[in-house]
Amino acid sequence: MESLLCFPDPFPAEVGLALERAGYPWKALDRAEHAQTDEPEDGWSGAVVCADDDAAGAFALCRLVRTREVPLRPLLLIVASHQIVDLQLREDHFDDFCVLPATPDEIAARLAHLFWRTGRGLQAELIEHGPLVLNLETYQAAVAGRVLDLTFMEYELLRFLAARPGKVFTRETLLSRVWGYEYYGGARTVDVHVRRLRAKLTEEHAHLIETVRSVGYRFGHGTWAP
Amino acid sequence: MRSQQEYVLRTVEERNIRFVQLWFTDVLGTAKTFSITPAELENALEEGMTFDGSAIDGFSRVQESDVLARPDPKTFQLLPWHPDDIPVARVFCDLFNLDGSPFEGCPRHTLRRTLDRARDQGFTFYAAPEIEYFYFADADPSHTPVTLDSGSYFELTASDVASDLRTRTVLTLEEMGIPVEHAQHEDSPSQHEIDLRYTDALTMADTVMTVRLVVKEMAQRRGIHASFMPKPLAGVQGSGMHTHLSLFEGDTNAFYDAEDPDGLSPVAKRFMAGLLRHAHEITAVTNQWVNSYKRLVSGYEAPIHVSWARNNRSALARVPFVKRNKIESTRVEYRAPDSACNPYLAFAVILAAGLKGIEEGYELPREAAANLFAMTPEELAAEQIRSLPGSLNEAVADMENSELMAETLGEHVFEWFIRNKRAEWASYKTHISQFELDRYLPLL
Repeated sequence: MESLLCFPDPFPAEVGLALERAGYPWKALDRAEHAQTDEPEDGWSGAVVCADDDAAGAFALCRLVRTREVPLRPLLLIVASHQIVDLQLREDHFDDFCVLPATPDEIAARLAHLFWRTGRGLQAELIEHGPLVLNLETYQAAVAGRVLDLTFMEYELLRFLAARPGKVFTRETLLSRVWGYEYYGGARTVDVHVRRLRAKLTEEHAHLIETVRSVGYRFGHGTWAP
Repeated sequence: MRSQQEYVLRTVEERNIRFVQLWFTDVLGTAKTFSITPAELENALEEGMTFDGSAIDGFSRVQESDVLARPDPKTFQLLPWHPDDIPVARVFCDLFNLDGSPFEGCPRHTLRRTLDRARDQGFTFYAAPEIEYFYFADADPSHTPVTLDSGSYFELTASDVASDLRTRTVLTLEEMGIPVEHAQHEDSPSQHEIDLRYTDALTMADTVMTVRLVVKEMAQRRGIHASFMPKPLAGVQGSGMHTHLSLFEGDTNAFYDAEDPDGLSPVAKRFMAGLLRHAHEITAVTNQWVNSYKRLVSGYEAPIHVSWARNNRSALARVPFVKRNKIESTRVEYRAPDSACNPYLAFAVILAAGLKGIEEGYELPREAAANLFAMTPEELAAEQIRSLPGSLNEAVADMENSELMAETLGEHVFEWFIRNKRAEWASYKTHISQFELDRYLPLL
């Protein structure tokens, strides 16, 4: 599992301890802009933002990570009791909040619940997107309840894309991230496998993988795309 | 590699797969298989399965008869025509000697070796074959094959049987992730064609093996015999496997050049020049049966003259017209191979001939302007247009003198192949045909 994005740096020690006990890796950032630059390759697994110290910075960060093309989820906001009024009109910038003082158990429970609801995190055995379900534990994929007979590379490509919905990937990126270099196919291999996947998804669901003209491929629609 | 094996093992468990077929191909392109149970699979993936290779044509010298079949987990695929309650999967295998070195008689290795050479020069090789075949009422060789749409055999709407069969076949292929460009009824009665979307040549060779099997399997279920024999019926077109070829450098089609009036790059021209110069040497492999040369005759769409052209279907190599916005599909169509070739070896020798042209900087001869079938031998000679071998015997003789073929196939396959084809020719020579009886018995 990738790190949780935590704000601010230094991060409140008792909250950090709660995350560690629950088994979440985390990384504290001191500025909102670093959310982009310091992002791990597979993306942050979620965010825990403490607003009691630097409220302006915390809300700026929330806005930033929630209005990008693929909003960061889940986001747990921790506020002091007098900040509850500030949550007004910011409802879309977090998934849940808790009020200080919060016990480590409460924070862990809220995070576990959030991860369960978004289908990610420690229990991330399933990737679900509309009619498509991937079980990462058993390597099985199904669309609209019908199990797909995929080859390994087809499965890997689908898993990579479905785990990052809305993001556009070039053929080169997909080739290096999904295949590695030990392959005869060259860059066109990606097209070939997308075609195979679409054939197996059947016409009805083939649109799950979109071609982005002269760039590459995207799974599902971009949230902010027209 | 680990996660690929893990994927295969988990899928076998989850889908309750009872048998896994290990697929491999002999030197003549015949599909071979043996089945293992899930219990044996893990060991097969780790260490390979030992079997007696001397039982299989071209696989082994007698003194070293055991070989190791190692599944390529990337090719693991459920076979959709098996009933849901007894799921069966297949996986292609590479063959190794017991000491772990690649086994020389394994066509996948041969192709891979040639692809490595292309890759060293920065090229990825793509192939898209058009596979032609016939549906016949049965496989009984004692009478002329009975076509389905001749009306006599199937009294019900006979042509529907064949198109329905073809449609089912295409759907099954799609289920297996093999995209079909299009499928159609061909010129001859009961002849059909399945055109595949291009992919890298190794995957495509596996795919051709799969397609041939699926076509036969689907037909057999309806009590019909599907045949890839190159020329089963006299007087109508035979079954070819015209193959569209291209080289890519990364994401760019290395055959395209915007500056050139024909849109062809120097790489494309040299590749084609290599293909033409070595065409007579590689024909024994692209057209490997006595019967193959009954297809390569004048008067049908099969090529016989070593030449290239843009819009002339009598040429051996054709450069199909490409729309301005489709420049990435710039390609060369090689029209000699037939559907009964070994696709691994055919793609390997075609690529090797083309690469040779690039390496040596061969000059592409002039485009054939006229219909080559209409030209007299004198005119052809004046244009320096030679012919493909006229028989298996000639083809094997041309192959035997070819450095390129020995190098590409490796000594083991090269020697075995020539020996095998000599024997085929020798046994053909002793045959007295109906032609001879009809013609000579009353007269002589």
